[in-house]
Amino acid sequence: MSLLELRGVTVRYRQPGAKARMLAAVDSVQLAVGEREMLGLVGESGCGKTTLGRAILGLVPLAAGEVRWRGQRIDDLGRRAFRPLRRELQCVFQDPHACFDPRMTVAESVAEPLRALERGLAAAARERRAIERLEEVGLGRELAERYPHQLSGGQLQRAGIARALVVDPAFVVCDEPVSALDVSVQGQIVELLERIRAGRGLASLFISHNLAVVARLCARVTVMYRGRIVEAGPRGQIVGQPLHPYTRELLDAVPGIDAGARARLLARAANARPARDTGAGADGCAYAARCPHALARCRAERPPLRPGPDGRQVACHRAEEWPGGLPPAPAV
Amino acid sequence: MTLLAIRGLTVDFSGARPVRAVDGVDLDVAPRECLAIVGESGSGKSQLLLACVGLLAANGRADGSARFEGVELLGTGDRAAAVRGRGIGFVFQDASGSLTPHRRIGDQLAEVAQAAHGLDRLAARAEAVRLLEAVRLPEAARRLRQYPHELSGGMRQRVALALALAARPRLLFADEPTTALDVTVQAEILALLASLCREFGMALLLVTHDLGVVASLADRIAVMRGGRLLETTASPAFLAGPRDPYGASLLAAVPTLAGLR
Repeated sequence: MSLLELRGVTVRYRQPGAKARMLAAVDSVQLAVGEREMLGLVGESGCGKTTLGRAILGLVPLAAGEVRWRGQRIDDLGRRAFRPLRRELQCVFQDPHACFDPRMTVAESVAEPLRALERGLAAAARERRAIERLEEVGLGRELAERYPHQLSGGQLQRAGIARALVVDPAFVVCDEPVSALDVSVQGQIVELLERIRAGRGLASLFISHNLAVVARLCARVTVMYRGRIVEAGPRGQIVGQPLHPYTRELLDAVPGIDAGARARLLARAANARPARDTGAGADGCAYAARCPHALARCRAERPPLRPGPDGRQVACHRAEEWPGGLPPAPAV
Repeated sequence: MTLLAIRGLTVDFSGARPVRAVDGVDLDVAPRECLAIVGESGSGKSQLLLACVGLLAANGRADGSARFEGVELLGTGDRAAAVRGRGIGFVFQDASGSLTPHRRIGDQLAEVAQAAHGLDRLAARAEAVRLLEAVRLPEAARRLRQYPHELSGGMRQRVALALALAARPRLLFADEPTTALDVTVQAEILALLASLCREFGMALLLVTHDLGVVASLADRIAVMRGGRLLETTASPAFLAGPRDPYGASLLAAVPTLAGLR
């Protein structure tokens, strides 16, 4: 049995504007996360990955589907009934400066969840626990008594991780935890997350727009586009033999630092498509408007997420036509 | 001839704790060249750009020399202001910061085109359409009537680029132009920058913390740390193996797909 399981999870938002149209930010998503697993979720801004994380944490109501935690449904629980689960399910956000109270010291902020979730704990015990967690993420006592603005982005993100860990959760949603940081600091935070996963046996969902970051950290990767999962499988398959054209696009977009990077950029510049307007999706494949391989069928009929030839899942009508995976975009 | 020649540039900020942000930097930018300055937050790379065009904060002071087409920019507030826009254009990380939220995109572009080239209203409007087409924004004519908030982050950055190009600068300063964007949009903006530099015959001085962003775009890469320039190397040589260990550590930090296939 999976630790966390999502079945047909759908979240709809009312679209702004005069016409009250509903937009499916998350559309019939299935996924499962096992014990000790860090599952990767990748997709661009607006694809619904953050909403999916919020759905897991019970922060947005589902329009359809269910979220199961240790086999039990948790999406239909009320606020009060969900409360014990807050100790088990925690989150780390993208911008650490935005999620720390500037008037509290770092240690006070890290201890804060204990006030609500472990009410029996005395103040001294809360502080002790906060200091322990800060040390676990590599922040010494001298930083614990400082205020958020006195810490660097990387230090504050470590504190954000310490706060998620302070109640000893079983699962953490990491929503773009490194995207706001310098590249050199990103690597340190990724290392820290991997150490915590291995050391604590913590399960998590790691969300990012950069497939290279996700694939470095996660053995299984799920690719999301406009609310739907378009491909999911082991990272070797996703990175080495992508079957969905959107996965290919994400791979081609990863900045290269090899000798061929310049030729690829010039090729991209030469056949630059105009900037895309992401209008509302039709009945067909959500990616069809952008897809270089789209056929009439792709625009008319929505491809279901189905098992691919090698055990992974893919939602593309034409996946069987490139059994070895889609090749990279040609360089000049 | 050198387009921009920086010699012994130092930037100091006064205050309770004085800070030297840039410490004796020498740097040349040739016409049509793309030079990238790479460094972590606080390395002084942005202050270097701002000092050249007289945009330092009130408590900042620049010493040394920065000559644009032979004209000294430092210590002459008016001359630095004169070179902004027409000589040197800007793009920043946050495109919304370059755009006025309550004015239509077309009006903002036309205003710059009018001021820079003395065009009348109709000609300025036509120029605005041409600029939006240059940055590959679809339905350029319709976009003129839109406000910045109606566009996605990537599209806003394209408009900010169009705005920077409006006065036809010979040099474009780009400070983390893709850092706020997704990798897919980032790749598009980088490709666009590469083609615009060719089309407009423009040099590019790009500043970023992400070597992955500049590896494919830059002719030369300069590494900055603690206000000092550690090395300036031709791009292929840098990627093959930076001379300085710090440059090597920045290169190693870039997340790539190598070894995952």
